Amino acid sequence: MSSKETILQSIRRYKKESSATLPQGSSFTPLVYENLFEQFSTALASVGGKAVMLEDKSHLDEAIRAIAQEAQHIVCNVEGCTLSSDDGSKYATPHNLAHIDLAIVRGEFAVAENGAVWLDAATTRHRALYFLAQHIVIVVDKTQLVSTMHEAYKRIGFDKAGYGVFVSGPSKTADIEQSLVIGAHGPKSGYVFLI
Amino acid sequence: MGHPELAAKFTQDVERTHWHDKALWFVREKRDRASKSVPEWEALRRMAQQIKTHTMANLDTYLETFEKNAKAKGIQVHWAKDAEEHNRITLQILNLHNAKKIVKSKSMLTEECHLNPYLEKHGIEVVDTDLGERIIQFRKEPPSHIVLPAIHLKKEDVSKTFHEHIGTEEGNNDPTYLTRAARAHLREKFLGADVGITGVNYAIADTGGVVVCTNEGNADLGATIPKVHIASMGIEKIIPRLEDLAVFTRLLARSATGQPITSYTSHFHGPVEGGEMHVIIVDNGRSPILGSEHYSQALNCIRCGACMNTCPVYRRSGGFSYEATIPGPIGSTLEPCKNLAKHKTLPYACSLCASCSNVCPIRIDLHHQLYFHRQDVVKAGLLDKKKERALGFAGWLFQHPKVLDFCGKMARKVVPFLPRWMMYTSMNAWGEHREMMDFPEKSFKELYVERQKRKQS
Repeated sequence: MSSKETILQSIRRYKKESSATLPQGSSFTPLVYENLFEQFSTALASVGGKAVMLEDKSHLDEAIRAIAQEAQHIVCNVEGCTLSSDDGSKYATPHNLAHIDLAIVRGEFAVAENGAVWLDAATTRHRALYFLAQHIVIVVDKTQLVSTMHEAYKRIGFDKAGYGVFVSGPSKTADIEQSLVIGAHGPKSGYVFLI
Repeated sequence: MGHPELAAKFTQDVERTHWHDKALWFVREKRDRASKSVPEWEALRRMAQQIKTHTMANLDTYLETFEKNAKAKGIQVHWAKDAEEHNRITLQILNLHNAKKIVKSKSMLTEECHLNPYLEKHGIEVVDTDLGERIIQFRKEPPSHIVLPAIHLKKEDVSKTFHEHIGTEEGNNDPTYLTRAARAHLREKFLGADVGITGVNYAIADTGGVVVCTNEGNADLGATIPKVHIASMGIEKIIPRLEDLAVFTRLLARSATGQPITSYTSHFHGPVEGGEMHVIIVDNGRSPILGSEHYSQALNCIRCGACMNTCPVYRRSGGFSYEATIPGPIGSTLEPCKNLAKHKTLPYACSLCASCSNVCPIRIDLHHQLYFHRQDVVKAGLLDKKKERALGFAGWLFQHPKVLDFCGKMARKVVPFLPRWMMYTSMNAWGEHREMMDFPEKSFKELYVERQKRKQS
């Protein structure tokens, strides 16, 4: 008998019946924030990131330059940003991204309750870009803000193979005596621009 | 050694014990603030419990659905009935790719399987990439907490360890400096790795993908730079639908560290370009717990560590005193399920205060389980002989009220006049760490009779 069959048989032998059914929708009304940007901004600040609201795309380059003056190697896959013509897809392996100072990437939508932004790697050749870059700027359409994770997961699907990640602020750790240090292995800062 | 002896060792350093207690209480307070910021918190906990209970009752079906959907996404699925098979499968995959350098992110399952020593024995370098895990790996220690693996160490300890192993400045205890040094050291490891191994927080049956949550981004780097990603999961990690993640992601980080969500919540649904992704589904003694009358809910655990942070015994005795892969209240119920004789002291590492059950995001009845385990210990004849005799005598005494009255009277008259050397002997376990209570002049029974008489007159 294969291990798969052994395990499944053992589960069938021991499992208990339960009247618990899978909940359809929520038994409660999840939080709804009146001012989504304000809540998103507060949540993101609490995890070490920063949210910036921009009127339109025309000031995007300028605004990013202002916070990343020293960045030399920039990768950018956001329409309307001309700081780099390199979108990171020309490299054969993710190892070539190790020298990237700043990644400017497109976020699909943002979640107000926890400052997270959904990044869908469908258009990003190397998933590692989100984590290897020293700094990251995520650009999101300001109409794409939701209150909670319940709304967030309604917008996500995995019909095909792929990869996606919720990013909430920069990489961080508190493994040394509970002292918060921003910039563990991934990006050392986490800006989100809403346009 | 059992928990009492190991705890006694830990508490010898009084200052450090207080420091450990405070460090964890600080995390517990953060958890309280985070949970109170969500008005529907209790409804979320009930929903999480309902989803998990339903899933466990249909676990075989969900696992098969997961396998089918994962395969459709190009993920290779393996089944391991025990730790040995899990390690063997891992090694086979590594050998297939001639892999010699591995980066691994935090996974309590691979700790449970003792994967590191197994791979090292076969000439493979395994680097734990979570900062806390790397620190204890250098020190050849196991993790003392499931979320905060190096919580037992002070920054001076970390500084010394890093000085020895990665050449940081001697005596520089600055956490930022030490973290940056580890960052540089581990970046090289990430970039040089042949294969990345991660744990799994959730495996989604409907979509056939796995989700891994970290703050540091180490699992994410480890699973996206090398061509091959191996994710190891216990059978209980399955959840039915993507939308169920809304419930669990809202609960997990708030319960664990008081954050609204982890920095990274990675959804892996297929390999990287030109690469391979493997998922190993491991039983290793879990399935029999499904059928247990009292303990089946323990399988609903999402490993947030909230029960440890709140536990008055864990905070004051440290993770190592449990001598188990998973310490704290959840470990004290899971480990005796698998080996009662080995872990017979763990159900007693508990004051039955029920704080663990109250903070558990999945509403696991932890303190009830520990109470039931104690009864199992007695039934199995594993109780400490001293305790067994004392309890046996007490049981007899309470069944003989006249003798009890007499003994009580004698004790109240005699004990207050006994010299210390007669009172505090090895027979008196209560007095080992405590002063004896003051004996009252009269018993409750006597006071009650007097009161009734007064009322009548």
